[in-house]
Amino acid sequence: MSNGTMEIKAISGHRGGTPGGGVYDQSDGKTRSGTSRDYDVCKLVDTTTCIGCKACEVACLEWNGYDFRDTTFDNTYQTMPDTAWNFWNLIRFNEDTDADGNLQWLMRKDQCMHCADPGCLEACPADGAIVQYQNGIVDFNQEHCIGCQYCVTGCPFNIPKFNDQTKKVYKCTLCSDRVGAGLEPACIKACPTGCLHFGSKEDMLFEANKRVGQIKANTSYKDAGVYDPEGVGGTHVIYVLHDATNPERYGGLPRDPRIPFMVKMWKGPLKWLGGLGITLGAFAMFMHYVRYGPKRVEGEEEKKA
Amino acid sequence: MSGGAIVQPQSKTAVAEERVVRYTFQERVIHWINGISYGYLLFTGLAIFTPYLAWMGTVMGGGGTIRYWHPWIGLVYMATIIQMQRMWRSDMVTTDADRQWSKNIEHYVKNEDDQMPPVGRFNHGQKQFFWVMFYCVFILLVTGIVMWIPERIPRSFHWVLPIMVFIHSAVALVTIAAFMIHVYMSIWVTPGSMKGMVEGTVSSAWAKTHHRLWWQRITGRKN
Repeated sequence: MSNGTMEIKAISGHRGGTPGGGVYDQSDGKTRSGTSRDYDVCKLVDTTTCIGCKACEVACLEWNGYDFRDTTFDNTYQTMPDTAWNFWNLIRFNEDTDADGNLQWLMRKDQCMHCADPGCLEACPADGAIVQYQNGIVDFNQEHCIGCQYCVTGCPFNIPKFNDQTKKVYKCTLCSDRVGAGLEPACIKACPTGCLHFGSKEDMLFEANKRVGQIKANTSYKDAGVYDPEGVGGTHVIYVLHDATNPERYGGLPRDPRIPFMVKMWKGPLKWLGGLGITLGAFAMFMHYVRYGPKRVEGEEEKKA
Repeated sequence: MSGGAIVQPQSKTAVAEERVVRYTFQERVIHWINGISYGYLLFTGLAIFTPYLAWMGTVMGGGGTIRYWHPWIGLVYMATIIQMQRMWRSDMVTTDADRQWSKNIEHYVKNEDDQMPPVGRFNHGQKQFFWVMFYCVFILLVTGIVMWIPERIPRSFHWVLPIMVFIHSAVALVTIAAFMIHVYMSIWVTPGSMKGMVEGTVSSAWAKTHHRLWWQRITGRKN
């Protein structure tokens, strides 16, 4: 992971191209907007080997400089009900039963999925508040954030969280500061069971599929699979699940996450139709004035020019 | 309330011109608080709507500042438009004459006003403009409150957020279309009307031309 991968790929609310954008593809001689797979980073979370130790939660807070929040006890071992503006990484403890009625403890590390097609970035109106790097990391720049929370509207995973004091939105950065310096994210470094892996998307998919094959061959989890949802163009955090056919069992992991249709309509047709309508309307009114001019008042002589 | 009262001709002008009161002081104040707040909402709203117009937001304070004030100014806007409805309720009733007026709108657009039926204090276009702005404000309020505090919306209701944002933007665009016509009519098409809303009076001839029934009522004259 070199600094080169931290070049910007997309910027929220940004008109025109991205600085440093464009990657030359040697295979066909075309310049692409920079999606070379070699550069894509990825976090692999193997839920089948997570023991719920929460080392990743602590490492995340330590590296990002947040104090540990008050925890909420709701009859599970889960630290709190949801992630928060200063708590980006939460192990969800889901008690469930399998087809045979046996208790299952499905623990899932919940954090930003770093979508290849990020709904937050699509919805964000503030220039530069959300950036996507060439390596796939989606990062928030709080100094440009205006606090509108449209990112909350656009995110299918309910990740961006608002801080009422600073009026800004925060989320997992995939430790972009560490990755840019050639280090793995803090959560990866802290994981004691090797359930968390970090590397290129290609390598992580290979690892994930290998693990799925292992599970299917050696256990009764015949529905095991990789979670890398296509609806958002794939994600830069992928899961190995015992039961990939029911991701909802893992604390509300959406089956087919997509950028909401209304966000696409609002950011697409409505935006350009509105702009076109205002422009053409203003022009039409000007032409009306040129053609018909002002209304005359009866009995008043026209003003001499 | 319906304006009225003839103002004595001003002797200091070379040719004394008879003027009538078009809008009372209270009406003008309410109108301009409403108008200025709409201008703020327009600029800040468009700035957040599309990055091409972000400069409009910069003029109004920029970034988080406009996001903070937009909803509060929206409440001011709504309060004044409700007050307008209280003031002008009787003047804004649509009549059969209005429907006749709208049928002949083509003549009005072409400035063939002699072929238009006489109108009261407001013509049907003004009335329709008022009711569009009046009803839209409630849609903007409901959708706007959801957009104001999305962090208070439970996770299971997050699916309404994009719908609210879309409706808010679409309805705002409807008001912008109406507002553009309103501004164009008042500044360019009917000279003298701006003076009526700023200083309160219009010339008797202006009133007779544009709002004959109202002019007849307040002056008691037929011609």
